Amino acid sequence: MSEWLENHLPKVVLAPSFIAVLIFVYGFIGWTAWVSLTRSKLLPKYEIKGFIQYERLFDSPRWDTAINNLYIFGALFIVIAMVLGLLLAILLDQKIRAEGAIRTIYLYPMALSMIVTGTAWKWILNPGLGIESMVQGWGFPNFEFDWLVNPDYAIYTIVMAAIWQSSGFVMALFLAGLRSVDGEIIKAAQVDGIPTWRIYTAIIIPSMAPIFLSAFIVLAHLAIKSFDLVIALTGGGPGYATDLPATYMYAMAFSRGDIGQAASSAMIMMLVVFAIVVPYLYSELRAKND
Amino acid sequence: MNRFAFATVSTLAVAAASSVVAEPQAEVLHWWTSGGEAKSVAVLQEEFASNGGTWTDMPVAGGGGDAAMTALRARVLAGNAPTAVQLKGPAIQEWYEEGVLADISSVADAEGWAEVLPASIADHMKCEGTWCAAPVNVHRVDWIWANADVLAANGIEMPTTWDEFNAAADKLQAAGVIPLAHGGQAWQDATVFETVVLGIGGPEFFQKALVDLDPEALTSDTMVQVFDQMRTLRGYVDENFSGRDWNLATAMVMNGEAAFQIMGDWAKGEFLAAGKKPGEDFLCASTPGDGYLYNVDSFAMFDVDGDDKKAGQDLLAKLIVAPNFQKVFNLNKGSIPARTDVALDDFDICANLSAEDMGATSDAGSLLPSYAHGMALRGSQSGAITDVVTAHFNSDMSSADAVQQLADAVANSY
Repeated sequence: MSEWLENHLPKVVLAPSFIAVLIFVYGFIGWTAWVSLTRSKLLPKYEIKGFIQYERLFDSPRWDTAINNLYIFGALFIVIAMVLGLLLAILLDQKIRAEGAIRTIYLYPMALSMIVTGTAWKWILNPGLGIESMVQGWGFPNFEFDWLVNPDYAIYTIVMAAIWQSSGFVMALFLAGLRSVDGEIIKAAQVDGIPTWRIYTAIIIPSMAPIFLSAFIVLAHLAIKSFDLVIALTGGGPGYATDLPATYMYAMAFSRGDIGQAASSAMIMMLVVFAIVVPYLYSELRAKND
Repeated sequence: MNRFAFATVSTLAVAAASSVVAEPQAEVLHWWTSGGEAKSVAVLQEEFASNGGTWTDMPVAGGGGDAAMTALRARVLAGNAPTAVQLKGPAIQEWYEEGVLADISSVADAEGWAEVLPASIADHMKCEGTWCAAPVNVHRVDWIWANADVLAANGIEMPTTWDEFNAAADKLQAAGVIPLAHGGQAWQDATVFETVVLGIGGPEFFQKALVDLDPEALTSDTMVQVFDQMRTLRGYVDENFSGRDWNLATAMVMNGEAAFQIMGDWAKGEFLAAGKKPGEDFLCASTPGDGYLYNVDSFAMFDVDGDDKKAGQDLLAKLIVAPNFQKVFNLNKGSIPARTDVALDDFDICANLSAEDMGATSDAGSLLPSYAHGMALRGSQSGAITDVVTAHFNSDMSSADAVQQLADAVANSY
């Protein structure tokens, strides 16, 4: 008996969470996929009607806006947050004074919820309250900074707030990566008289490739599921200019009683996540098998 | 007064009779949780208790009712619906089609609801001929509010046509006043839009375009003119309007920063709370054009098991439409009673004007449901229209493009 237990204990302990994941993650993904093929409105219906919800989705100009915004937001957010995070990490890595204090300050935005970040930036960027009115008050009456209320630029304010929130976290990731590079190699390079920037670009950064990948995965899924920041900062406005797929799905499911439409948009979001995560998993698994 | 006394006595008598059978129980799901609204619900709660009932309050705040609807969906799917739910407009029929609403015709017939409610409002309370909901109040949506001092200082009368409004707005703009206080949220854009549709197209056009969704009306020249007027109005709004809440826009009118606001009569509550007097400090009038757009709050009755709950449902329905509650509740909330036989002596001039217009437009057939407040259309259709309206208002889209998008969006929303 005890031998059986010894052999099977890990399985027994893991079984409940395994079953929970099976039902609550994969079960509900399946349920959403099913509902996305029906004409469900207020309550879910289970009679399959083909791909009508997807046709409606791709005919909707609001969904176009949401997907375009996801591309703009995702690309800028991931690239800028990574570049900025790497730069901060390299600067912090120069054995400066009070590094601990500065590191904490950069990390602090991460401690705030997106709702707080969004609300604070809403005030900072509001033309009547924030930067614009402040600079105008300094005696530059022609100064204009109305991105928050300009439908063509509002999405970039979301990028700004998201970068402010996350680049400190990316910095921490990279800093850990920089510290893990073997000091002997760097010293050897220094002895050979290689300039510092070359040491970074040719030795340190290439050896941090796995960190880049993790940072990318973390930022990418933050971008795709972004919801609270948009709600707090712009409420999806002006008009629906800053809608993202997640806010679109929420509006359809909870405000409009259009569950089929919400389910189809959720499926598309999942496919986008898959497109990013599956190659990552594939490369990870292959690396282990080699 | 006699009638009122009679109704109270008969309410008590019936309540006493039914309490012999089973003690009335009611679980009520609503999202009236802010100050004045919570006070209004408490009135009903007290009345229910004094008639021997047990009230289980189920307030779910948040998202303008979205959170409450999510709770309702969960309860209905679990087969355990609340007794009564704050629902309005076509959402009532939508839930009826899911087969979960109760029939309260016996109460409605005994109380003679058909005689005291305006016909078009009564229609919202019926599901395929049977009564399934009880109306609480009537909010008028097509109001235009104005700061009396600002108008007097610029020699402007309340406008009665959109051309007059535009002329007045130009004058105000030249004088350095913001002509129109507006909050850039989709539902507020939609509120202004529907008053313009009513004003420029008239009641018949409104019915065709925003209730029947007739594609011809949606793509007509009249609709192009409506969007032209929306573009003109955009020019009368200050540049900082995006995302502003409606009550902040009302405050701009109150302190003279702006002259007009187009908003339903909940805005009156803001004026009154600030100690302003209707007719002196602020003016109320219907937006330019004929007709009346109503937003009626109501309680839909869900199918429940057990005599005590059914008795509670009947008692609740009776109390909601009874004159006493209709009067007290609406004095608190700023709207007017849904029944037409309540004395309005205690109500202010704006409410009296609203009641008078409701009677007149009901006779003339121009008493119409508000699309922006979910009275005319189901969620996915009204949402599709609002998307186009707000996209047009917040960009430089041409009116012709907007009309085309409007027709496409409506066709794609089913």
